[in-house]
Order: sequence, then C-alpha cells, then structure tokens
Amino acid sequence: MPSYDTIIIGGGTNGLACAARLAKAGKRALVLEAAERAGGGATGAALAPDLAPMPLAHLLTTLDPRVLDGMELERHGLSYAATGLTTTALSPTGDHLVLEGPAGAGLSGTIDDAGRAAWEALRRRLMSFAEALAPFRAVTPPRIARKAGNDNLKLARIGLGLRRLGQDEFREFLRMALINIADVLEDEIADDRLRGLVAFDAVLGAWLGPRSPNSLILYLNRLAGEAAGTRAALALPRGGMGAVADAMARSAEAAGVTLRTGARVGRVLIEEDRACGVILADGEEIRAGLVVSAIGPKATFLDLVGARHLDTGFVRRATNIRARGGAAKLHLALKGAPDFRGADPATRLVIAPDIASVEEAFNATKYGEVPERPVMEIVLPKAHEREAGGGHVLSAIVQFAPHAPRAGLDEARRRMLANTLEVLETYAPGIGGLITHSELLMPQDIEARYGMAGGNWHHAELSVEQMLFLRPFAEVAQYATPVAGLWLAGAGSHPGGGVSGAAGWNAAERILSGVAA
Amino acid sequence: MKDLRHHYEAPLRTTPFHDRIAAANVLNQWGPWAGYTTALVLEDAEMEYSAIRNTASLYDLCPMIKYRIAGRDAVDYLNRLTLRDVARVAVGAVQYTAWCDDRGKLLDDGTLFRLGEAEFLLCCQERHLPWLLDSAIGFEVSVHDVTAEIAALSLQGPCTASVLDAAGFDVSALKPYRFASFPFDGGDLIISRTGFTGDLGYELWIEPALALPLWDRLMAAGAYCGIRPVGSHALDIARIEAGFLAAHADFVPADQALREDRVRSPYELALDWMIDFGKGHFNGRRALLAERDGQTSEWAFVALDIEGNVAADHAILYDGRNREVGQITSAAWSPSAKRSIALAQVRRPHHAGAKGGLRAEIYALRELHYVKLMMTARMTERPFFAPPRRRTTPPGRF
Repeated sequence: MPSYDTIIIGGGTNGLACAARLAKAGKRALVLEAAERAGGGATGAALAPDLAPMPLAHLLTTLDPRVLDGMELERHGLSYAATGLTTTALSPTGDHLVLEGPAGAGLSGTIDDAGRAAWEALRRRLMSFAEALAPFRAVTPPRIARKAGNDNLKLARIGLGLRRLGQDEFREFLRMALINIADVLEDEIADDRLRGLVAFDAVLGAWLGPRSPNSLILYLNRLAGEAAGTRAALALPRGGMGAVADAMARSAEAAGVTLRTGARVGRVLIEEDRACGVILADGEEIRAGLVVSAIGPKATFLDLVGARHLDTGFVRRATNIRARGGAAKLHLALKGAPDFRGADPATRLVIAPDIASVEEAFNATKYGEVPERPVMEIVLPKAHEREAGGGHVLSAIVQFAPHAPRAGLDEARRRMLANTLEVLETYAPGIGGLITHSELLMPQDIEARYGMAGGNWHHAELSVEQMLFLRPFAEVAQYATPVAGLWLAGAGSHPGGGVSGAAGWNAAERILSGVAA
Repeated sequence: MKDLRHHYEAPLRTTPFHDRIAAANVLNQWGPWAGYTTALVLEDAEMEYSAIRNTASLYDLCPMIKYRIAGRDAVDYLNRLTLRDVARVAVGAVQYTAWCDDRGKLLDDGTLFRLGEAEFLLCCQERHLPWLLDSAIGFEVSVHDVTAEIAALSLQGPCTASVLDAAGFDVSALKPYRFASFPFDGGDLIISRTGFTGDLGYELWIEPALALPLWDRLMAAGAYCGIRPVGSHALDIARIEAGFLAAHADFVPADQALREDRVRSPYELALDWMIDFGKGHFNGRRALLAERDGQTSEWAFVALDIEGNVAADHAILYDGRNREVGQITSAAWSPSAKRSIALAQVRRPHHAGAKGGLRAEIYALRELHYVKLMMTARMTERPFFAPPRRRTTPPGRF
C-alpha cells in the first residue's frame, strides 16, 4: 500500500489547489473526496439524462492567478467559451443596460452622459481600491503576536500599495471601507438598473442586504477577483464549470497527487495531541504526518476532530462561526431559447431592478420567509456555444432564500420556485412554456449535496467580522490549528470561497514556510 | 408559578436554614453570597472560630454552587473540563480539583463528588453554567445547576464525629474525601468528610425540606460540647490557616478578570500538582504545556509568616531594594498558630527567597490614624495549621 506524508480532506477547488502546490514541493499528497467526482462547487448533478451536469458555480469570477498558472490549468484542458463576459441589467420593459468589459468598463443602453460619467468615476475609484486590496488575497492573514510568522515584506508592500492611492483617495478608502453599498450607490449613481445590479453583485453569496453594514467591502472583494487573467472580469469555461474541476484534478494528478473519490473521512486520527491520519467513514485508516482539511472549519473541528481534543472556548468559537446560505440555485431545462425582451442571451443576465428589490428580497430571509420577488443572476451556457440549437439550459443564482424557512423546507422550496418563475415570466414572457425540467436547490439542499455549512458557498459567511485575520476566527486564521499537524485550507479560511483555490494555495504556502502547526 | 417580574423586590434569597440562623444571629450581620443572604458573624467571631477549632461548628453552605453532571460521557467530559484525572475517583469519593480556560488560566477550584459510575456533583464558588454547557458540546452528558435543590451544611471541629454519632450517624469508617449516605427522616442524608477548615469535619447534603429537622438534630446532639452556628468571618480565619484558596480573594476567576494581567495559571497558584498531562486532552492543556516547557510562569503563590500581630490584609510586598514584588491576598492573625499568617502572589523569581527577604507594607488603623508598618515576611509552609486529627480514621472522640 502506498504511503503518503500529507492527506488533504476534501477534493474541492481549494483541496486540489493545496494538494497540487504541496505535491510540487515534493509532498506525497493524497486527496480524499467524499463525492464521486472532485471539484466541489464546480461540479454538479445532471438535471436530466440528456443534459450536462449543473454545477453550483456557473461563472468563473475569482480564479486565483497563482492557481491558474501554477497548476497550468490551460495546459490541462481549461479553455473558455467566453471571457470578459458582458452583463445585462435586465429591465422588465426591455430597456436593458449593458455593462461591457470587466465590471462594466463600458455602458450601452439608455443612460445619459452624466450617468455614464458618474459610473465611470465610481468604478475607477472602486477598482483602484480593489487593486490595492487584491494582494491581501494571496497572503496568510497577519497576526499581532510575537513569532506570528507574518510575511512582513508582503504586508509592507500591501500597505504601500494602499498609501499609493494618495492622501485623498486613501481617506476616501477609509471612509468607504466599512460602509454599506446602498449608501454609496445612492450618493453616486442615479440609474436604478445600475444601482440594482451593483447592489446585487455586492451581496451575491452573502447573508447581507445592500443596506447591511460592510456590504461595500464584499463588492471590493469581488472586483479584486480575476478570471482568465483580467481583474474583475467574468469568464465561462468551455464545457461549463466542470471543466475547471477536471483541469484541476488532472493537473493535481500530473503533479503526483493521488486523488481518491468516494472516500468520505469519518474523523481525524489524533495521537499524543498530533494529527497523524484519518479514518474513513467505512473504517479504513490512512496515516500521514500532515492532515489538511479543505472542508468547512465547523465540520472539521466539531465532526472530524471532535470537541474532546479541543478547548471549550475554541469549540464555542467554532460553534459560533456564522454560516447562513442566502442563495438558491435554479436549473431549468428549456425546449428553446428564452427571450429576455431582446437581451443578448450570451451575456450574464441580472434581474435586480433597483436597490430596494435586493433589500426586500433579503428582508424576507431574515424572518425565514421566501421573498415575493427574488433577484437573480442568470447564465444560459448553450448560448455561448457555436453549434447551439434546440434545447437550452438556464442556470440562475436566486437570492435570497431562507436558510431556516419557517414553512419547512419543501414548502419553502415550492414557493421559492413559484416566485422565481413568476419573476422570470415578467422578464422573459413565455419562458414558463419552455420548461421541461426544473430543479431548485435551497441552501439546505446545497448543504446536503456539497457539505457546505448552512449552504453558504464560503463555508463561513464572508463578512467583515469573519474576514482576513478573523476568518473563520482569530485563532485559526493562519491556517494552522491548535492540533499539531492539522491545517485548514478550505473556503472557510482567508480569503473565502468561490471557484478560486486561493485559500488552498495560501494554506500550502503557509505549510511549506515551515511555521509549526 | 411565582411571578418572576417581582424578583427585584427580594434581591437576596434566604437559605433553607435561614429561620434558625436568623434566630441565632444576635448581631444581625448579614452578607450576600451568590444571591443568598448569609451570616457574617452571629454573636462573636472569636468564639465562633474557637468552636471550629475546639468543639463543633455549623456553617450554612447552601449558597455554594452545585452542578449535577450525569451521562454516559460524564468521566470523559470532566476529564476534558478539569485538571485532574477523574477516572481515578472512586464512587463515593471526593476530588479537590480546578479548571482552566483555553489559555490555561484558572476559572475556579472546587470539589467533585462521584455519586455513581456516570454521575457527579461539582461544587464551587462561582457560577459556570455557560462554560459547563459549552464544554458539553460533543459529549453525551447533562449539566444542571442544582444549587437550590440541595441544602448543605458544614459541620467542622474536633468533636464533629462524636456529634454525628450522637445524632445517629455512624461516620467512624468514613475517611477524608469520602462520603456515605444515611437515612434521615424519610430522606437521604449524604455526609462527606470534607470541609474548608483543614480540621476534622463533615459536610452534610440534604433535600431542603429536611434542612431544619437536620439542623435541630445536630444542635441537640452537639449541645454537650457547645456546638454553635458560625459565620463567614470565623470560617475565613480557619480557611486561611488551612491554606485554602478562595476565589476573588486569592485569585480572580479568568472569565471575570477585567485586567489582562490578573489571570493566573495553576503554576502561578501552586495548583500545578493537580495537572495530569497524561490523561489526554483537557482545557488549557496546550497552554499549560507551553508554560511548563517554556518556564513562562510569571507569578508564584506562597505562604508567608509576617512579623508582628497585625493581620496583613492586602499588603504590598517589597524586596530588599524596595521594589514591589507581590501582593498579599489573604491574611489573618492565626489564633491556633499564634502567628500573623498570609497567602500571597509573588512575582517570580522572588518566591524562591528574595535577597534581603520580603517586607509587607501594613497599614494599621489606630484611632483614625494609619500607622505604616514595614514587617518582615518569611516564606513558610502551607497549611499553617494542620492537626493530625483531620486525617485520623476512625476519627478521635472528643
């Protein structure tokens, strides 16, 4: 039987990125993935026998450039159906606003010059903030303590980058860093479609409304992401997001990583207060000197490690990690192409007509209710394929869905689907008649299928109080855990989730830096 | 059910023994303790102390916080919670123990009674329910505050075995830190050979409805030797003589300390003998290992013999060069040891015998004027007073 010196629990994008990085440094790494296919949120189940599987993530927004290059994903099969994807802010009357280039570098549609200038100014400012913050994504969060192993050189560079904004812009940055996105939009932008779109993008995947404090920084985080080498751009991989998962798996294996799917880890083996392997759910024991968990921090500590190996205060903090999913995932199989009142189907279509529509959709969730009129981001993958024809598939992230519905899961799912289809019908009349199959994954369904706590694709909510050196909580923010030999590498760690691999890559770098866990 | 909205009308509860204690409390000196009103002195603190050391004394222990911990994982749970190995405690035995937070700083000390294979009673001074409940995450165990469900009485002094015998309870076979059950008035009385005085003594645990009959039985049985109820002041002198720590006197529970530098580890409170690193993980273990291996303890807990006869409460300690090196936390003139004694926190390495000795800065209030005394303080052994009768089994008959 082969022996490994490192076991990575969870073969999602972070697990694969971490394993590949460690393998490149000479570690004999074994990735254990509970599902039958590696790739986590970039994979999915088939909606119908003749249709491609529908992954949880449907666009590439934040793939870490170190992962893209370091894993040579393009050599391992990643190509794009579309890069620099355009966004259409849909209007129920057909008066759409189209944002071209990364984060709407250009606008087309009915908008006056003042409106364009205002957007250009705000966009330029936010992009410069995002540019200054982006390097944070690639460092271990610093800690104020002796021997914290801070990468002072990198941190100094980031600090310098922020200072380079200039005194006035730096002051603006400090003013805006923790502000809510709605206030900023109401100050700077007049166009409701644009306000709605940016408000929606800021809270996508979060458990925040646009009026919740700190929602702006999530937008900056989104802008700091890259796709296909361009900041704040969106890309659609050829063959769907599953292609990213497959390229990562192939790359990891090429680097020497052993990938085992269908292998659910039951618990982490701890001897003499050291992690020394894992025991699979079927009882098989696999030993290794290093155990890296790329699944959620809550599940890692409470289920795999177990409270009896941890201190009470630590368990308290692990229990209190907030992980509420607010996003549902809709998959529709359609007989033909839907018509969103003339909008280009080969763009990202967003239904969020104004700030209030996003905030009101969030309001319902706070009380465990299903929103009357959900907001959503829609992708029609087949519209990007040259040989397209016949059936279409619609993939949408629908917000907000209650993570703890009062009416019960089944009833909430039924209502959520009905309300979503009603909204869709307004924007794409006749779409209801095209549907042959439908599937709506509520946060609980996402949790059940992907193991993400609360159905939140960040494993732990991405919000200021769970960011950077507070992610998932202070003691484990540097990827190391109190159990020697056990590390975190998942989306619950800095810088969070999405099909990115950044957390896994950061963790691997931290492990290789020689800091003791 | 009682309307809880009126709780403020009676800010302090009374204990099941209150009627008898109120009748005996001729000085009417009361103090609050854990939400109960308790007697500080009933008649004369010196006479009450004298009863503890020479005859028999009764002290109302009801406000002591008591948790019932039961369930399949009770032993594992307590092993993770506390410093000592709970598996070593036999059913019917009591363990003096302590517990820490994640940083290895003391939360409290207390006594752990093993009532059954998987059932314990944890007695302590401070309330810890949130900590105990959060500690139960991942364990099959239930934790209940049973403070109000058990009336507790401390019977201390050299005559107490005889008093119990006269009251109909044969405790001659009971060794220190053991307990046994006796039928009383249709109920179950648990008697443990434990106490806070370092003397021969017992603690009695009974359902509240039987509290007063038990009190009356003991007072009648002890009449021959002049048994008397005692207040907290008398007990505190005996406590200091015995060298026992008290929360808020000798240490600040780590979860209540407002100042970052006030928390103390078991090494800094001379409780490190309790730590069992070999039993598996427990709260604070990693921090304590690092403290042990790195020799990073900053404080030491010491017993001091103070020159003169003025109790050195809260005196600041100085080394030979007049630098502050510590703080007296508990002090008394010990009637039994005939010495001025003190417990103190001393900054390391001054606990190892500072050059030129330590001096205590004592302020004696003499007719409105403070007289400042700089008295020599010598390290000495704890306990200050340890009569062999406290351990003799069967206990002596007096």
